[in-house]
Amino acid sequence: MSLFNLFDTAGSALHAQTIRLNTISSNLANANSASSSTGKTYRAREPVFAAIVDNFSTGEDAVKGVRVVGIVESQKPLRREYQPGNPLANKDGYVFMPNVNVVEEMANMISASRSYQTNVEVMNSAKQMLMRTLSMGQ
Amino acid sequence: MPMNFDSILGINEKALNMEAYRARILGANLANSDTPGYKARDIDFKAVLSEAKTGNRIEPLTVTNKMHIQPEADTFGTELMYRRPLQPSLDGNTVETQVEMAEFTENALHYLTSLRIINGRFNKILSAIRGE
Repeated sequence: MSLFNLFDTAGSALHAQTIRLNTISSNLANANSASSSTGKTYRAREPVFAAIVDNFSTGEDAVKGVRVVGIVESQKPLRREYQPGNPLANKDGYVFMPNVNVVEEMANMISASRSYQTNVEVMNSAKQMLMRTLSMGQ
Repeated sequence: MPMNFDSILGINEKALNMEAYRARILGANLANSDTPGYKARDIDFKAVLSEAKTGNRIEPLTVTNKMHIQPEADTFGTELMYRRPLQPSLDGNTVETQVEMAEFTENALHYLTSLRIINGRFNKILSAIRGE
């Protein structure tokens, strides 16, 4: 039981939010990556968060932070566009566009960066508390 | 009059421990602000404080066999409770970042206050020793 564990907890959240930001930037970068078949088309990715729970202890040490248990691909239908001039177009003249919703991704990005900021703030507070504790009695 | 550190620090030492403990709970809540299904937790600070003041605390259940359901770990004689959300979200997460952040900041200030009081007590003793 110590304030130092707060750094681990906030650190795990920073890590998780970084992964989230990475998938968002990957989605945005590939928002217009056309492909000739549905199998090869990029699909929007999203991390799945889960709390790190210690099953062997209840109460005080039960929740230790957050982790990414996996990254799932969106199952939304792909966009089919008629672009006969595109070198990637299939024999009917269609290309398949990723199912990335740019507006959704931008909103997600803001949420992720705010969460990141919050956890940095937590770390700063914890640092201040610890520094004051270290200088106790001086 | 006999003097020991317990009587000098009084309840402030317990408060400091308590606030450090609470900072960790609130930190875990903030870390899981985007985790689906996570339930925000907290302790009843007032109840713990009155327990520490009066000294009568409810003992946890005694377990006679390790296969029995274990009682909640003894954390200052209080149990972790779940926060009631003001606006529940669809994914089952009950962390409201603004609420948790406000509680966290308040708790951090309380911690620093307790620390300052303890510092003051120590300084008092130091000046008594030096005879200034």
